Amino acid sequence: MSLVSVTDLGVRMGGRAVFSDVSFEIGAGEVVGLIGPNGAGKTTLMRALLGLLPFEGQSTLAALPAAERARLAAWMPQSREIAWPVSVETVVMLGRVPHLGTLQRPGEEDRARVAAALERMELAEMRDRPATQLSGGEQARVLIARALAQDTPLLIADEPIAGLDPAHQISTMQSFAALADVGKSVLVSMHDLGLAVRHCTRLVLLGEGRMIADGPPGEVLTPERLARVFGISAWYKVTEEGPVYQPLEVLR
Amino acid sequence: MRIALPLLAVVAALFMVSLLTGPADIGIGESLAALLSGGDGPLALVMREIRLPRALLAVMIGASLGLSGAAMQGYLRNPLAEPGLIGVSGSAALGAVLAIQTGLAASFALGLPLAALAGALGGVLLVMALAGPRGTSLTLILGGIAVSSLAGALTALVLNLSPNPFAASEIVFWMMGSLADRSMTHVWLALPFMVLGLALLAGLGRGLDALTLGEDAAQAMGIDMVRLRLMLVIGTACVVGAGTAVAGAIGFVGLVVPHMLRPLVGAHPGRLLWASALGGAAMVLLADIAVRVVLPERDLKLGVLTALVGAPLFLHLILRLRRERI
Repeated sequence: MSLVSVTDLGVRMGGRAVFSDVSFEIGAGEVVGLIGPNGAGKTTLMRALLGLLPFEGQSTLAALPAAERARLAAWMPQSREIAWPVSVETVVMLGRVPHLGTLQRPGEEDRARVAAALERMELAEMRDRPATQLSGGEQARVLIARALAQDTPLLIADEPIAGLDPAHQISTMQSFAALADVGKSVLVSMHDLGLAVRHCTRLVLLGEGRMIADGPPGEVLTPERLARVFGISAWYKVTEEGPVYQPLEVLR
Repeated sequence: MRIALPLLAVVAALFMVSLLTGPADIGIGESLAALLSGGDGPLALVMREIRLPRALLAVMIGASLGLSGAAMQGYLRNPLAEPGLIGVSGSAALGAVLAIQTGLAASFALGLPLAALAGALGGVLLVMALAGPRGTSLTLILGGIAVSSLAGALTALVLNLSPNPFAASEIVFWMMGSLADRSMTHVWLALPFMVLGLALLAGLGRGLDALTLGEDAAQAMGIDMVRLRLMLVIGTACVVGAGTAVAGAIGFVGLVVPHMLRPLVGAHPGRLLWASALGGAAMVLLADIAVRVVLPERDLKLGVLTALVGAPLFLHLILRLRRERI
């Protein structure tokens, strides 16, 4: 079953095409890594398929009414904005907004989801602290927990692990894998190709104004593509410890 | 919720004090009896026609300024935002000033407030046209600044060209804001706008909560940003326009009250709405009692006092903020 399907998606900004003719589907139980150099349009692609900006082509998510879409897909923007010094728990509880009626207050199930998300992101101990007083990496975890609490079949996250310490980068990617194990899916943009190869079931490579490749990590990141799109070389091997991927040199 | 009851109690107490404050020296029991039982005596007249509308307007205007201030700060995610930002109070003042200048205000009792309401309507339509139907918070601020400065410039122009010094001084005094000598007619004129505006603004809580995470995240959580902004602008225009129409410009309440109460509601933008409505009512009641007690002979203007008290209060908040940031 496809959770989202985009067909011939294109976005123009200020008269210039950011990308065009992007088509792919995300089914249940996938962790799809969206990779590409700066300016390739990763954020724009995610926002377009959610219907947050004007685009050409089709996206099944953007076609839905806003309230329904919010129960199908959670969105974690790259800008880690927490405007007010509200408690960590309050921020995470915002993830329940799409599930509440107009005057309905959070119930038992909402609190359980929030507690699980806090636990998952190792935030239970700081649940009462003002979110604005946490470090950047901790705030990122709070916002990931917020998106997890939304409890949607699809989670779309824009560079969620940027700025996290190595342990939390790995555990966040493992959380995404755990979501995939229970049939949910994640679309995650990232720059760390090593983590992408290890933890994603599939990679979508964006660059040169189009989608260059879509498939299993080992097949997408060929040396020729790396050289052409990123201008780097890398070492890649499937070891006993799983696939290991290490970018090496800048080629140009 | 923990602070709702204490705030409500404070508002009720100040409302009673406001009813009992005035140049006519009347005992507590007598005044309340006259208020409740009515009759044709001078006492009942003072209570029902002078003090009651004054206290009621203080509550209505205070609640309006507090609520719209909290909503504006929540929408813009900026603690320095205030209801006057979208230019409604400026354009309402322009309408009133034109009414005074042209003599409309003198020709019939509701001439001034009706002209001010017309000014507010014109201002809000212009802001919405400038900001565009799908614009962001930035276009709304810019539109508001454009309308505010245009209204300010036109008001200054009217003053500048005023051939009549009495009209000019009347304009200046009116713009300072006051609740003195208002009647129940003013209450009935402002009430429908304020009820509509307060209802629109009170419905914003959930959306403003979601906006804590930014416009993109809120939109992806199913919040209709276009609708939210429309409700905010129309609601603010209703309450601020009606408030300015009957009482002139009363500054600082919409800025300071949400700021003071924010820590007490855990910074929750939705909860801050109602708390600020109550807090605003309390602040305007208190200020209006103070203008009668401090200088009973001199007709001290309410807007002057709120600014005098508000500015140092704000300074104190800034200093506290600076300490916290270090």
